[in-house]
Amino acid sequence: MIWNEAKECMSRDELSALQSSRLVKLVDYVYHNVEFYRKKMQALGLLPGDIKNIEDIVKLPFTTKDDLRENYPFGLFAVPRSQVVRVHASSGTTGKATVVGYTRRDIDVWAECVARCMAMAGITREDTIQVAYGYGLFTGGLGAHYGAEKIGAMVVPMSTGNSKKLTTMMVDFGATAIACTPSYLLHLTEILEQEGLIEQLKLKKAICGAEPWTEKMHKEIEERLHISAFDIYGLSEIMGPGVACDCEFHKGLHVCEDHFYPEVLDSATMKPQKAGETGELVFTTFTKEALPLIRYRTKDLTSIDYSTCECGRTSARISRFKGRVDDMLIIRGVNVFPSQVEAALIDVEEVSPHYMIIVDRVNNLDTLEIQVELNPKYYTDEIRVLEGLNKKITHVLNQALGLNPKVKLVEPQTLNRSEGKSVHVIDKRKLY
Amino acid sequence: MVAKQLSVFIENRQGRLGEVLNVLKENDINILSLSLADTTEYGLLRLIVNNPELGKEKLTEDGFSTILTDVIVLKITHQSGSLQGLLKILSDNNVNVEYMYGLSIDGEEASVVLKTSNVEMAELVFKNQGVKTLSSKEIEKL
Repeated sequence: MIWNEAKECMSRDELSALQSSRLVKLVDYVYHNVEFYRKKMQALGLLPGDIKNIEDIVKLPFTTKDDLRENYPFGLFAVPRSQVVRVHASSGTTGKATVVGYTRRDIDVWAECVARCMAMAGITREDTIQVAYGYGLFTGGLGAHYGAEKIGAMVVPMSTGNSKKLTTMMVDFGATAIACTPSYLLHLTEILEQEGLIEQLKLKKAICGAEPWTEKMHKEIEERLHISAFDIYGLSEIMGPGVACDCEFHKGLHVCEDHFYPEVLDSATMKPQKAGETGELVFTTFTKEALPLIRYRTKDLTSIDYSTCECGRTSARISRFKGRVDDMLIIRGVNVFPSQVEAALIDVEEVSPHYMIIVDRVNNLDTLEIQVELNPKYYTDEIRVLEGLNKKITHVLNQALGLNPKVKLVEPQTLNRSEGKSVHVIDKRKLY
Repeated sequence: MVAKQLSVFIENRQGRLGEVLNVLKENDINILSLSLADTTEYGLLRLIVNNPELGKEKLTEDGFSTILTDVIVLKITHQSGSLQGLLKILSDNNVNVEYMYGLSIDGEEASVVLKTSNVEMAELVFKNQGVKTLSSKEIEKL
């Protein structure tokens, strides 16, 4: 089912005209309402009038996560606080969160986009959907919730945490759809199998996102649960889940292109890649009021396909992600930068600044181990002192990352100190 | 007198203990007693050796984390209650035993290694009670 045929199936020419007019409006809007963009444009000698159509987008400056951080918390907002009805936030590298805001209309647009995605997954008002993304500052829970409500499905706002209750209700309520991270869904599958509940399920569809997942995981979810699984993409800076989603043909994720303009650029030169070539995904938000962003660098690597999909949608499709430009890890849906670990460890004098992050997936849940070297000066032969130190480091890292890592003390001089760029991460999950 | 114990932090990975022992062998250092405390992630190897200073030096050169700790070494007779009697001296003086292990059980007497919360106090109270504590030199002759 196509939720908004007028927008999702418009001809590329019509779409381009719409995008041009929206870009012109956006540039005028940010120039007059966001000092950050006005200054950036002035530095480039650009006036709003210089942007006449969508092709002119390449003249505009980029926005990065650092820009959001430097303007923490509300510096890039284009509206007064009285018009903001919601904020969300994600963890940042230096302990400061990246804060995003929404006006009432932004929330409506968000719900519309998520509704389109859910419709792509075949979810209708007849469905009962469990939303098992975290509700709170994370955009996953409330984002999926509003979209599912807009469709008119019966929403069960599970949030995360109580898997047993979730699987029980999945059976008792006859849930037909679930929205959660793919690794969490595999974890639930395990529980359902152990309890022998698979045959009692009415589940038909899963809409999964917030972390990269492989084709293998996709197949595994579909086979073990006897359902269809769909990939929903989003990032809080742009909006949250619902920026793009795959349809029943699974040939890339349809971008809600009338609201978010995707560019795929060579991450070294920042020049556009040809359709089909891999590059960094960059988004411009056409319609966002509270936090409009111009050419936001997602650091995600993908390619783009503008051909009309078999489903009838004309919207551009981005491929399954092929990696990251930076070293960001997504662990249990939480963004983690190795530099956060480094910054946190500097405050712990009993360890040296060398560390190794080991990410794995055990029983379908991400595990995070952080190995740190004891500082020889603080060496002790008392186990309780070492265990106290282990607890202290765990606490410090938990505060910094928002995740509970397993800390392993290792002998001094044993962690990798390769010449040049040292390797601080071993990701055994092989997600890309 | 207090004795020096050589402690080595070792990660729980295969062959690591052997590497420590190899360094000692190559430097002709003899182990008189040892205790290996283990947690899930790492182990602490505590050694009484004939030359703890040299052992520390050589192990450190080879990248091991080592430390010399003062411990009390006592001779005890092979009689039931003798260890209890000695430990009571410590508890009567508010000194805790953090860990202990046996050193030698040959002949008429046995000996034990004690790590206490306050090593000076432990030494003092044993001295007052006429209990001899052994130095590293004396241990070698055991």
